[in-house]
Amino acid sequence: MANLRDLSNVACIVGVDESDEMGTLPHKSQLSLHVEAVTNAVRDAGLKISDIDGIFTAGQHSPATIGEALGVMPRYVDGTTVGGCSFIIMVGHAVAALHHGLCDVAVISHGESGRSQVGVSPRRDTAIPGQFEAPFGFGPAPTMFGLITTRHMHRYGTTLEQWAQVAVSTRQWAALNPKALRREPITVADVLKARPVVWPFTVLNICLVTDAGGAVVLTRADRAKDCAKKPVYVRGLGEGAEHVSLTQMKDLTFSEATRISGEKAFRMAGVGPGDFQHIMLYDAFTSGPPIMLESLGLAKGLSYTHSGMYGIFPIIEATRQLRGECNQRQVPNVKLSLVNGMGGMLSAAGTLVLSNER
Amino acid sequence: MEIDRPLPNPMTPEAKPFWDGLREQKLMLPKCQACGHVFWYPRVACPKCHTRGIGWIQASGRGTLHAFEVGYQAFNKAFKVEPPYVLAMIELAEGPRMLSNLINVEADPRTLKCDMPVEVVFSKLTDEVTLPLFQPAGR
Repeated sequence: MANLRDLSNVACIVGVDESDEMGTLPHKSQLSLHVEAVTNAVRDAGLKISDIDGIFTAGQHSPATIGEALGVMPRYVDGTTVGGCSFIIMVGHAVAALHHGLCDVAVISHGESGRSQVGVSPRRDTAIPGQFEAPFGFGPAPTMFGLITTRHMHRYGTTLEQWAQVAVSTRQWAALNPKALRREPITVADVLKARPVVWPFTVLNICLVTDAGGAVVLTRADRAKDCAKKPVYVRGLGEGAEHVSLTQMKDLTFSEATRISGEKAFRMAGVGPGDFQHIMLYDAFTSGPPIMLESLGLAKGLSYTHSGMYGIFPIIEATRQLRGECNQRQVPNVKLSLVNGMGGMLSAAGTLVLSNER
Repeated sequence: MEIDRPLPNPMTPEAKPFWDGLREQKLMLPKCQACGHVFWYPRVACPKCHTRGIGWIQASGRGTLHAFEVGYQAFNKAFKVEPPYVLAMIELAEGPRMLSNLINVEADPRTLKCDMPVEVVFSKLTDEVTLPLFQPAGR
């Protein structure tokens, strides 16, 4: 009988890093952002590129493309693409693959030229958005998240000022991160009087779009001891997917995918929502974190970087927090960190429970 | 008249009765012949009981404004409706929710209210395409 707990603590994150630069990078292709991030993360782990035998990536490039660009022939590939949380979900997939010996060194790679669009293929509408959404002016994420937000305001009486506070708080955190694109402080009033884009959002409620890459390296716990840095154990993991089109979401103010992924991860790790010293949420929109926290039963990317499918970065930050590498933004005594992210319009979700202790 | 919005593309075979109905000023919805579930969007199997027999009913055209936004810019080059305009999620009286626009109303977030009653308005774009838009009920 399969037991979820068998996967707890069997594999570790041993390497994390971003691309050489992040922000506005018109001189760098999307594929190069992948290659930079992977080579940096493998160096962080004290491993060699030739050690990689499992490649995981989401988005426009297949894992075969990443392998080819790196000069690696993988014996395990995963291209699960369910939005920005795909990379968080892939940590779980990598743990399972490592546990069963399908690969020995797994790398999860993200690269997105979200701002400069260098080496990016044009988006094509699939049958549902092209047919039933685009004719009414719907399209990019802001036109969907606003619906979630106005329904939340109607149902719970939340206010524009409260959403603005989320943007203010995330900016305060970004100010402590030298790699963040936007670091100057902002106020609630600044958010409210910024350029209106689609009510209830001004431009400061909405994710930055940047060019960035990020990568995470995992291996089994026995091998992790030989890596360069202190291993971060994957204690719990979960994923879920509720819908793609927003019209199919049961309750616009509650993310079923988040609830399912969180419950699974907590049960596997043997922890509760109150046990964490550090929480990383994927927050492309100001209304995201409150709904995600509520759905998890219990915060920070609006100002740092958001290349599009952002989920690799909360894993990188949580790992650095658990290693104690975060200088002025280090949370003291972090032993247990929660990583949660969503994909699409609260459509899919991934949750990780990470720890620096076994 | 110049077409001020992107035409539906692709128009899929399973949605043909929906687009055919709109040309005759009828809002058609798929309904499962086995369990009676009325759903959106059109597909070949019922999302509730998963059987294949799907029929169609004419919807009342009535519903409520489930959620909305006010667009101050276009998000697609082909969308040329003058801002501000209302992006709407409509909950139809028959149950399903669909995306549309609320028209014949001031695009002012202070006066629009979630759950306000709305009714369908048929907007002909081409000989082939008529879109279901919505306006406040009883106008």
